[in-house]
Amino acid sequence: MTLDPLLISRIQFAWVIGWHILLPAFTVGAASYIALLEGLHLTTARSVYLRVSNFWIRIFAVAFGMGVVTGIVMPFQFGTNWSGLSDAAGNIIGPLMAYEGLTAFFLEAAFLGVLLFGRTLVPPWAHFIAAVMVALGSLFSSFWILAANSWMQTPAGYTIINGRFYPTDWFQIIFSPSFPYRLAHTVVAFYVTTGFVVLGVGAYTIRRGLFRDEGRVMMTTALSLLIVLVPLQMFIGDQQGLNTRRYQPAKLAGIEALWNTGSELPLTLFALPDPSGEQNNYAIEAPYLGSLILTHSLSGTVRGLKDFPADQRPPVAIIFFAFRIMVGLAILMLIQVVAGWWLRLRGRLFDRGWYLRACQLAIPIGFLAVLAGWTTTEVGRQPWTVYGLLRTAKSGTPSLAGHDVLVSLLCYAIAYLFVYPTGVIFMLGLVRRGPGEAAPAPVEAGRPQMPVRRLPSPPQPEDVR
Amino acid sequence: MTEPALSFVGVWTLLIALGVLLYVLLDGFDLGVGMLHGFAHDAADREIIMNSIAPIWDGNETWLVFCGVALLSAFPLAFAIIIPAVYFPILVMLIALVFRGVAFEFRFEDRGRRVFWDRAFQFGSFVAVFAQGVVLGAFIQGFRVEGRVFSGTPVDFLTPFSILIGVALLFGYGLLGAGWLIIKTEGTLQDWARRQGRTCLIGVVIGIAVVSLWTPLMESRIAERWFSLPNILFLWPVPIATLAVIVWAWRALSGAVDAAPFIAAILLFLLAYLGVAISLWPMIVPYHFTLWEAASSSSTQAFLLVGALPLLPIILMYSGWSYWVFRGKARRDIGYH
Repeated sequence: MTLDPLLISRIQFAWVIGWHILLPAFTVGAASYIALLEGLHLTTARSVYLRVSNFWIRIFAVAFGMGVVTGIVMPFQFGTNWSGLSDAAGNIIGPLMAYEGLTAFFLEAAFLGVLLFGRTLVPPWAHFIAAVMVALGSLFSSFWILAANSWMQTPAGYTIINGRFYPTDWFQIIFSPSFPYRLAHTVVAFYVTTGFVVLGVGAYTIRRGLFRDEGRVMMTTALSLLIVLVPLQMFIGDQQGLNTRRYQPAKLAGIEALWNTGSELPLTLFALPDPSGEQNNYAIEAPYLGSLILTHSLSGTVRGLKDFPADQRPPVAIIFFAFRIMVGLAILMLIQVVAGWWLRLRGRLFDRGWYLRACQLAIPIGFLAVLAGWTTTEVGRQPWTVYGLLRTAKSGTPSLAGHDVLVSLLCYAIAYLFVYPTGVIFMLGLVRRGPGEAAPAPVEAGRPQMPVRRLPSPPQPEDVR
Repeated sequence: MTEPALSFVGVWTLLIALGVLLYVLLDGFDLGVGMLHGFAHDAADREIIMNSIAPIWDGNETWLVFCGVALLSAFPLAFAIIIPAVYFPILVMLIALVFRGVAFEFRFEDRGRRVFWDRAFQFGSFVAVFAQGVVLGAFIQGFRVEGRVFSGTPVDFLTPFSILIGVALLFGYGLLGAGWLIIKTEGTLQDWARRQGRTCLIGVVIGIAVVSLWTPLMESRIAERWFSLPNILFLWPVPIATLAVIVWAWRALSGAVDAAPFIAAILLFLLAYLGVAISLWPMIVPYHFTLWEAASSSSTQAFLLVGALPLLPIILMYSGWSYWVFRGKARRDIGYH
């Protein structure tokens, strides 16, 4: 049996990035949320913010630790398995990734230690600054890594000499055509993901009857952010769609499983795309909606897959379904948030058991949407690593044989399948322990600033009316 | 590209050399501490040992990322040849670092299986250090290259020489780790760290001696670099200084100044590092491409330099501040407890 090193390298990259992205999907938002809580505590001096913050800092620490070590794996993948890409595009993507390290990783690492362990060692304002720095670091990190990704998706500001990319205009390279949309879409996705985690954990905390104050703070802060962020995300997603139509038309055609170029196009709600027959089977279509959504006009024209040679089309079925999963989850999120506000305005948010349970069920929804979105954009740019210019097939490491890559893939598979469930179990344990226990007694000049430990209220029946 | 008037290759060589040095010294001591953790007497000692590095290990490991991406940026050809050549040591190092890194949090959360996560921390540290030594060994012995790609197989790295460097580095990082623990601990734990330091120093001395003899015998270009005239006239202080530092390190390990063994270990690493640099200069892909041949475009190097020059001092400042916050002897109540 011959193993294709390129195919296994692609599976390996999908594996390590797919698991890794789940962690920033939570920690980018959590870092900002913790900074917000620390700020609220500093300005209002309400101890509940401190307890909620300490609770999330513990969970954040586990996720961040996993994010760091699975993140270190990532840049090395460019050398071990994608040395063709590194040689061809290192001149351009190298500095973007290096700036991520310089502006983000050191900042996060240095201030994380103070955030986790320094509350009793530094003044409150310095601890707040540490939280802000960690949050800023996570945003800088998103900025640079998405600049690198966006350049590969929609390259600009380069020249090609002897098959290698050289920079001509760094501003164009950083702010490549898809970058602003991708950055906004990804960061808001991360914030929304965190928002649903906080909402669900808050609901769980309230349902248990312990730490109700803390649970209320979590639910109300999360809902207040989500009612802005979820509709905003839908708007940004629409804008990114327009951008994709302009700069990556084959990807858009694949997402919509659109074979023939046309106008007044229907929206395909469901179909089984058939790449060899260049058609869709069992299609369910909504008239005119396709043109309306993709071009913002009933008569707008969209290019179909047949406009592109067969060897320049992305795998249609994967991105067609991944995109629909993402959009479907977004609609569920909107319903969840609107329902929450409807209850909140009627003063019923904390005592509707069905809603609290729904929030708990929705904890993973953001992660699933992020994975679906990531799959759409990364599979959708195939068969290219640098869109339209460098094929994935030319980007691999030539010295690798299939069995070499199989060994490394198995190592990553076993390691991640062990580490991730373990980490999730620990985070669930922290959630179960609740916000009360995570609060140390801050001591200033030898005296406790507040009652040493807030006694948990007595256990109450699950559905409190 | 046309040759530019201004070249940044020299600056980038210095910056990457500095990055590698900082990585080796900083993560070196906390990886060393991770290895020594396995030899500690009891749970109380292990707590203190862990807490001596818990707030800072993450920043130390970040220098590894910096070295990787800086190499990709400034010398992409070297990155594209060297990393595939050390495919398996890199794989093993990364997986070991994953287990070692998550162990910081997991051993704290999972009291029931703390022994397991302690082992993951210790073995992870051992394996990562050994793999790094093997990478260094493979680098010194050179790679097979055709055109612009590595043309050997992914097991080329595996030689007695690279394994020897791997073992030597275990003792080297162990010495750094022992030096750090002498600074951060007191009483019987400190006495224990001093004993560990002496064991490691013996290993380091044997390692340096064997490598210093083996390398010139293996590679005639390196022998020529050191022993031809007039080079030998300039280079003889390097081995003499190394001998002097070894003697000082041995004394410092039983001396009154807590910081002295750590400083001695750093000096020893500096000299060994200098030795490697002298042997290989100006190669970045031994013995095929020089730093200048593997360099990225001037525009690339300039663009990154514009940010790196102001940012690196700032990074050193706030990293220094986070060390300062956790200064003094490690305590059981600061960190995980």
